Amino acid sequence: MKKKRGLGLLAKQEAAGWAFLTPASLLIFIMSFYPMVQAFITSLKTGSSANMQWAEPLIKNYSRMFKDKVFMTSMGNTFLYLIIQVPIMLVLAILLAQLLNNKDLKLRGLFRTLIFLPCATALVSYALIFKTLFATEGLINAILRGLGIIQENVNWLGQSGTAKAVIIIALLWRWTGYNMVFFLAGLQNIEYSVYEAANIDGASGWKTFWHITVPLLRPVIVMTGIMSINGTLQLFDESVNLTNGGPSNTTITMSHYIYNNSLGQGVANFGYASALAFVVFILVAVLAFINMKVGDTRD
Amino acid sequence: MTDTKKKQPTVSHIQRKLIPSYIFLTIMSLISVFPLFWMFTAATNTSLEVAQGKIWFGNYLAENYRALTASQDLWRAMWNSFFYAAVQTVASLLICSLAGYGFELYHDKGKDRLFGVLLLAMMVPQVATLIPLFTMISRMKMLNTVWAFIIPALSTPFMIMMFRQNSRNFPIDTMEAARIDGLSEIGIFFRMYFPMMKSTYAAAAVITFMNAWNSYMWPRTVMKGNDVQTMPMLIANMSNGYAVDYGMLMLGVLFCSLPTIIVFFVLQKQFAEGITGSVK
Repeated sequence: MKKKRGLGLLAKQEAAGWAFLTPASLLIFIMSFYPMVQAFITSLKTGSSANMQWAEPLIKNYSRMFKDKVFMTSMGNTFLYLIIQVPIMLVLAILLAQLLNNKDLKLRGLFRTLIFLPCATALVSYALIFKTLFATEGLINAILRGLGIIQENVNWLGQSGTAKAVIIIALLWRWTGYNMVFFLAGLQNIEYSVYEAANIDGASGWKTFWHITVPLLRPVIVMTGIMSINGTLQLFDESVNLTNGGPSNTTITMSHYIYNNSLGQGVANFGYASALAFVVFILVAVLAFINMKVGDTRD
Repeated sequence: MTDTKKKQPTVSHIQRKLIPSYIFLTIMSLISVFPLFWMFTAATNTSLEVAQGKIWFGNYLAENYRALTASQDLWRAMWNSFFYAAVQTVASLLICSLAGYGFELYHDKGKDRLFGVLLLAMMVPQVATLIPLFTMISRMKMLNTVWAFIIPALSTPFMIMMFRQNSRNFPIDTMEAARIDGLSEIGIFFRMYFPMMKSTYAAAAVITFMNAWNSYMWPRTVMKGNDVQTMPMLIANMSNGYAVDYGMLMLGVLFCSLPTIIVFFVLQKQFAEGITGSVK
């Protein structure tokens, strides 16, 4: 029986526990979940921000996007960046982590720091560095001309294909080391004796890599995979600052296009932008779910 | 190598086998470092020299700095970015560590379930909440204030998870002993938990500061005007003009990256722990 006067000791602890986690939980509800619900409601409306009305029919904003060529392009671009960049980055990151995990390797700390270094660059900064490097009047063209590979300067960011390639190269540069750190942390949990045993059994480097390292790293692969997919689907800074979505919206990402539709210059269309944003949310959720399911298959 | 009697491979033999690794790692290191190195040198050259592909240091740094500070409110933006990031780091660490502590050390079914729900917020794309949050902040008359900058990012599932995970190292016995000594619940948090979890706080601080300093989409939305703008906004605006002065731009880019590079070199271990913080 609890004492009637004041809170019992256990009840006090119970209350303290809830009190500790309430501010953070409330903030997430107010700053993430509630806006998400609002975004969904807004996605069913049309009109300018001051007087919005229910769309007629309700799914009007959603059906509109299929006829929206720029949105389809932005979705295609985002998936192109995803499909090309994420696998290359993760394979490279695992490979680097594997090489750096070798105890016989000298200068491990130095290599690790240098390859991790791009993460120290501010996001907008690195976009602008690559924009300047690949400018028509820029270092990359100067080098290629010097080597005699090209005669005339190439307008890397002015053509759709090369502009996309530059975005992918920039992303690889900035994020490979970041992911490598996850794999290094994962590899440190694998006993070194496992490798020594494999070595004595005469397993080759590749065999060890595929049959020991990769399966043991599976949880880390799933996690970095989800993070990279999430990040790529929300790509914004690079699209805005490297190419500004151009030339003529051919390199624009989904987040960038949504931003332009809501708070960028031009007409603010909150209803339509919210519908597009909701599609991004569903894509993120579905891909994260698939990734978890695929990664969870135990042999 | 035909000598089959040798069971233990010699040191030089091992090192010889590692030559491809050394070559590959050296190439990757050079690729990783070069753009940053070039950012430093470009900041010391004229725009023309940068465009012509000069790689080494020049003597135009002072001139670039003069031009940069004449056309941009550089130090104002540096201070803004630093101030917003510092406030966000302190506030976010307090709120999220309290929550992580509560979720782990007072855990029961209800709290575990709530935590599972909070994790779903990881999937909410930033661009989706942009409009509702912008409307909310402007209704609360907080546009162009530090509150607008920090509020949406104060509590993140990632940070709560990091503290919750690391709280497992905090011994329950200590709590019991402290209670017997008459310490209040919040007293235990500040007097016992906080000092013991210093390394987790350090890692969390580095990562929160970096994220806040780097944030771009949200500040661009709610911080309008030159006196409240952040460094990423300042350099992004600089690169939008028709005639971009590359030397000056790269100096701005350098200033924007300087704090993150310093943090990286001084606190690399904490940074690595911070990004992988909730994996363990």
